[in-house]
Amino acid sequence: MSCNRHLPTRREVLAGSGALFAWTQMPRLARAAGRDPRMLVIILRGALDGLGAVAPVGDPDWIGLRGDRALVLDGKTPALPLDSFFALNPAMPNLHRLYKAQQAAIVHAVATPYRERSHFDGQDVLESGVARPGAVDSGWLNRALAALESDGRVNLGGSRAIGVGSVMPLVVRGKAPVMSWVPQRLLPASDDTQARLLDLYQHTDPKLAVALQSRIRLAALGGTGNADTAMADGPSLALPGIERIRAYFAEAAGAAARFLARTDGPRVGALGFVGWDTHINEGAAVGQLYNLLGALDGALAAIETNMGEAWHETVVAVITEFGRTARINGTDGTDHGQGTVALLVGGALQGGRVIADWPGLKAAQLYEARDLKPTTDLRAVLKGLLRDHLRLDESVLASTVFPDSADVRPMAGLLG
Amino acid sequence: MSSSAKSEAVLALHRFGMGPRPCSVAAIEADPRGALLAELERPPAYPAAASALPSSAKAFRTVADANAKRQAKVVVAKRAQEEAKKQQMAAAPMAPMMTEGAGQGDPDMAAKAAAESVPDPGRGIYLEEAKLRTQAAFGADIGFVERLVWFWSNHFCISADRIQSMSGAYEREAIRPHVLGRFADMLLAADGHPAMLLYLDNTVSMGVNSIAGINRSRGLNENFARETLELHTLGVGAGYTQDDVISFANVLTGWTLVPAGGDPEHGGEFSFNPRLHEPGAQKVLGKAYDQEGVDQGRAVLADLAVHPATATHLATKLARHFIADTPPPALVERMAKVFLDTSGDLKEVAKTMITSPESWAQPPGKLKRPSEWVVGIVRACGITESDPKRFTAGQALLGEPLWRPSSPKGYPDDEASWIDGIGRRLDVANNFAERVAGKVDPNDVIENVLGSCVSADVRDAVGRAESRQQALALLFMSADFQRR
Repeated sequence: MSCNRHLPTRREVLAGSGALFAWTQMPRLARAAGRDPRMLVIILRGALDGLGAVAPVGDPDWIGLRGDRALVLDGKTPALPLDSFFALNPAMPNLHRLYKAQQAAIVHAVATPYRERSHFDGQDVLESGVARPGAVDSGWLNRALAALESDGRVNLGGSRAIGVGSVMPLVVRGKAPVMSWVPQRLLPASDDTQARLLDLYQHTDPKLAVALQSRIRLAALGGTGNADTAMADGPSLALPGIERIRAYFAEAAGAAARFLARTDGPRVGALGFVGWDTHINEGAAVGQLYNLLGALDGALAAIETNMGEAWHETVVAVITEFGRTARINGTDGTDHGQGTVALLVGGALQGGRVIADWPGLKAAQLYEARDLKPTTDLRAVLKGLLRDHLRLDESVLASTVFPDSADVRPMAGLLG
Repeated sequence: MSSSAKSEAVLALHRFGMGPRPCSVAAIEADPRGALLAELERPPAYPAAASALPSSAKAFRTVADANAKRQAKVVVAKRAQEEAKKQQMAAAPMAPMMTEGAGQGDPDMAAKAAAESVPDPGRGIYLEEAKLRTQAAFGADIGFVERLVWFWSNHFCISADRIQSMSGAYEREAIRPHVLGRFADMLLAADGHPAMLLYLDNTVSMGVNSIAGINRSRGLNENFARETLELHTLGVGAGYTQDDVISFANVLTGWTLVPAGGDPEHGGEFSFNPRLHEPGAQKVLGKAYDQEGVDQGRAVLADLAVHPATATHLATKLARHFIADTPPPALVERMAKVFLDTSGDLKEVAKTMITSPESWAQPPGKLKRPSEWVVGIVRACGITESDPKRFTAGQALLGEPLWRPSSPKGYPDDEASWIDGIGRRLDVANNFAERVAGKVDPNDVIENVLGSCVSADVRDAVGRAESRQQALALLFMSADFQRR
């Protein structure tokens, strides 16, 4: 057996647990031009159901595909109309408001170049910016910064560590220095993680299964499992699951925004939210996905608030490794798929649009007759943002930031 | 190497050690039992930084000094406050009290502020001790000796809620030197330690016929004697009577500590105070003890240490902790016999446990205690250091705060006591997985740490997880990490 693999030192574990990436000096050219752009990337791990988040309510095949799980404009909890064709999950009133104010844009039927269905590999492609999984140990956002630095436009020397916390996404790992921050709250295990663990216990350890099940039941009643004693300065577990997730999302995203807003703070950040792998009881206008999207909506609101004046120079890109099956599966959920959505918000955007080369939902139009067919390369979206917002050079974008992507043209006109 | 050899190595590390680390299975799979026995011969050194930590007596004095300073500040603050109030009244006798200055004008607030200006040094000492103890658990190749320290420390538990400053030093002074030595020595070191005497109220116990007892009209406190018989030695139901408890409590009167205050170099050490001691001979378990002073207690403890009931009690407890909630009777009998044959040689008892077939025949069904489990998942990631604040908070969250059991019985060792905490473990696993997911590959842990000895179900769950974080959380929560 091989025992020489790299294992983390304490330093790496500490550094690797951050959520934010930063430089402390502003891009010189940008400053000279009177601009001071901020960019925050939010990775939704587990694969967001793009159709459940932004529904093609105008597509004649939509209802047929999802039946009573389809978001509709005239349901009990109606979806929020975006244009004549798309409507937003009702869990996201903030995003809807920003969209109406031209400060949010949605790209649909979008995907990375990855066409398999493994989360790990899909996230690797999403964050590394390289089409082949496992190819590099750095992320596209980090390489973008490194390119700005070599250009003399950014001084990374002033970067400093700011703490320890949740996992530092691959998208910001790499050569350029990283600073990190830890949310105070414990992120509770998601319902999905609990369900998977319960399934594992049911196959391997019935006693642990019973114990876990009773905790889940108690949590469903709004209880906390046990009184939190002797934890004066410890994390609070007092809230039921979804409330804790909402609080965690808002705290993590809000803190990122606070740092980005500072004049001497970082200008780029990234964080990840887990829990989107909705194989069972996904829900739509209620339930699991609704709850998670609601938490994400709260996070977006926290970013807007905490950015303050800097909101007008901000772009937030919410992206995920791939989409989910177009149809509902046998357990009221969806399985791993392809095309999904990218949510872009921020005062710097030219928003109020759903950008989609809509592939259609008929069986023959679906990818492998099951998934929403990707018609837009996510790299085009990201390259468009990096070029027009951070002012990266197109040739650098095509070579080092997203290697071998010369044929993927940056999407134009995303910025205001 | 066959998979059964690997799985025996994994079992050895979980059952008798602190859990597998990267490559530790490979290191011992040729001879897991031999590796455990070898650790008994060459136990790992405790972190050298321990030499810089204060002794229990010094820690005790440090806290006592801080308490005295704080008290003085409170007094001064209150005086100043009252003086100011008088002057204010003299200057403007009819003016109503200004509400806006209430923060400064409130004598309680001033006293509180003064008190806060002298923080409790006990907390810092506790965290330093916790840090080294955790480091020792992370750093051991196997960790069998460290597990024995944890076992005996819990057997002779005190509580940091009562004596925070001494809790770590107590373990270093009374437990650690003796886990591979004679039980009689450990018993004397633990029951003669000021931390224990404070914890079990013996410092306030005095013989009714002692000089102090007569002068102050005070008397006996049975707590220490009873717990020593019931918990430390013979075990409950071993046949001792209430008279035995009282006689033994009389024997132990005068076992106390040097008070802090007068002498900066002394205070907090063990001391026998003859003025508190009940004079005369005492009869305990049918035997008369007519020694004078502290020797009387030493003699009783020496007999208790090698009593057959003690042997059975300790062998049962050891086997229950390491092997199974209901330990195999043959194993317990063998360990008890070795204990008696060797006059309580704890190394020989530990060896007997390792070399007994029953210790290996049991399937890995014991639910790990929270601290074992959490140390296990940290070790599995190859991490060797932690922030003591965070780590002890985690232990508390899981229901096993370090050196803070809720009773002198210590933390229980049965599944029923811990299994309801599985939800808490999930929170901790989830959080920890999030922190390490950037650098730790779950498949690496399965291969290099667990020697690929996991069930297909666990492999599948890890493979299908939505993220590395979830994969790690599921792996840490799997029975492969929870049970041993």
